[in-house]
Amino acid sequence: MSNLDHMKIAVCIKQVPDSWAEKKMVNSRLDREGVDAVLNDLDEYAVEEALRIAEAHGGNEEGGPHTVTVISMGPERATEAVRKSLSMGVNDAILITDAALAGSDALATSAVLAKTIADGGFDLVICGTESTDARMSVIPAMISARLGWAQMTFASKVVVDPAASTVAITRVTEAGVDEISASLPAVISVVEKINEPRYPSFKGIMAAKKKTIETRDLATVGVSVASAWSEVKDFAPRPARSAGVVVTDSGDGGNALATFLAEKKLI
Amino acid sequence: MSTVIILADFQGEAATKTTAELATVGARMGSVCAVVLAPAGKGAAMAATLIQGPISSIAIVESDDVAKHGVAAAADALAQVAKAKGAEVVLVASHAFGKEVAARVAIALESGIITDAVDVAADKVATQLVFGGSTTVHSTVTHGTAVITLRPNSVEVDLTASSAPSETVAVTISDASKKSSISSSQPPVKGGRPELTEASVVVSGGRGTNGDFAAVESFADIMGAAVGASRAATDAGWYPHSHQVGQTGKSVSPQLYVACGISGAIQHRAGMQTSKTIVVVNKDPEAPLFEICDFGVVGDLFAVLPQATTAVSAQK
Repeated sequence: MSNLDHMKIAVCIKQVPDSWAEKKMVNSRLDREGVDAVLNDLDEYAVEEALRIAEAHGGNEEGGPHTVTVISMGPERATEAVRKSLSMGVNDAILITDAALAGSDALATSAVLAKTIADGGFDLVICGTESTDARMSVIPAMISARLGWAQMTFASKVVVDPAASTVAITRVTEAGVDEISASLPAVISVVEKINEPRYPSFKGIMAAKKKTIETRDLATVGVSVASAWSEVKDFAPRPARSAGVVVTDSGDGGNALATFLAEKKLI
Repeated sequence: MSTVIILADFQGEAATKTTAELATVGARMGSVCAVVLAPAGKGAAMAATLIQGPISSIAIVESDDVAKHGVAAAADALAQVAKAKGAEVVLVASHAFGKEVAARVAIALESGIITDAVDVAADKVATQLVFGGSTTVHSTVTHGTAVITLRPNSVEVDLTASSAPSETVAVTISDASKKSSISSSQPPVKGGRPELTEASVVVSGGRGTNGDFAAVESFADIMGAAVGASRAATDAGWYPHSHQVGQTGKSVSPQLYVACGISGAIQHRAGMQTSKTIVVVNKDPEAPLFEICDFGVVGDLFAVLPQATTAVSAQK
């Protein structure tokens, strides 16, 4: 594949419980009903990066040559998160929703996403580094493995060259900084703060109402999904930490702190 | 006895304490075979640094492809060794590289995966602390090889001397695992401080620093601690985002966490409330973090921290 006049970019997003909300388990699963649901914070950076890549090479709306599609798996309620990405400027969306997917694991999720991406003829997939609920950080790597596409994860910088059909990233992790390059197609995950996600404009919000969210069930996607390959045996809220000693500084607070650390043998 | 494969963790060419932690947990479940992924010609030297932990054997894979192609090639190699050894468990460190390697190994072995375990028992039941450490979950892999990632610094490590026999294992990295290429690599800028997620002491600053981290850093240095920051502090550009502790940043679980000028929103607590001991310094007596601290000082961090720094220095 070369000279991508019309890039097709997919962004994988997830609707998650608001990261500011207290989360709890119900029936061995995260309770998703009782909390506000939002677009995963870290996926907003992926949406923004996809739009910027398209815009750097002619745009994706109003006659621009490229398209940006969000793909999400979740309950029908996930249309709220999908709408938000559409209002940011994404062209269209695919929502995979099926009762059989409730409680599915990362292996099933990655299988569903990979099949949808493969069938959609995409050149580039962009994800956030993790969801703020499960925090596994495995989906981008799994999609890459399933598709046999280049894995370009934990990117703090992405440069796409459509003419050469290549992509280069700067990967930033606790292990250091790597410069990585590959030919498209590729699966990218972007770190928080790679960009400043735009706020949906009023025009964008109005336009989003007219955009297509195509809902697919598992049969339409064309994969069968096994039940999860890991199982929660039991769960319990951890005992709340009780407050310890709190002193008010009246000139010797620092010494009191040092004494506490010494008593606890932490020095 | 079942075989437990661990991916030996290295900093440069020396095995880390994390490797011994993986071996400690692995040995409960079976005979530990440590896999050393090394550049050509370096395998024996790197394997020789595996001197601690209950390791039964070492499998050396020498391949320049791992350094060149990263996660995908490492996972390809590890999955091949796991298959060849008939491993029942694959244990990998829970950092960015380890979790991604484990993800691809799970796909290659058609196996279930559990990430971020803080412990794994002899019966392969993994313990995870989820939702920012507010809930303990026990789970098991029910299909294939149990692929589990273990958080560094979470188990009592068995530091028994080890001198396990090693063998070289040949693998073939597939073309699909060579789709991306690393052209240059730089180790993290250390600045003399330990890495945030591996540090046994973390000192963090928040909004209350007003952007001046000098007092936080001085106290961190006297404590041999890593420096963390709240989202408010990183969003304001006061400290690099890579130091952010919290729901969207790093999760830390050190022996001691000292929060300075951080009120303690859920967002932040989610990244630090599993710390063994929590100390809070804040001007605001109403700061929520005081509710979960072991010791707190209501006061100005710019007065309290320098005094504490001097006092700790005197006691050393």
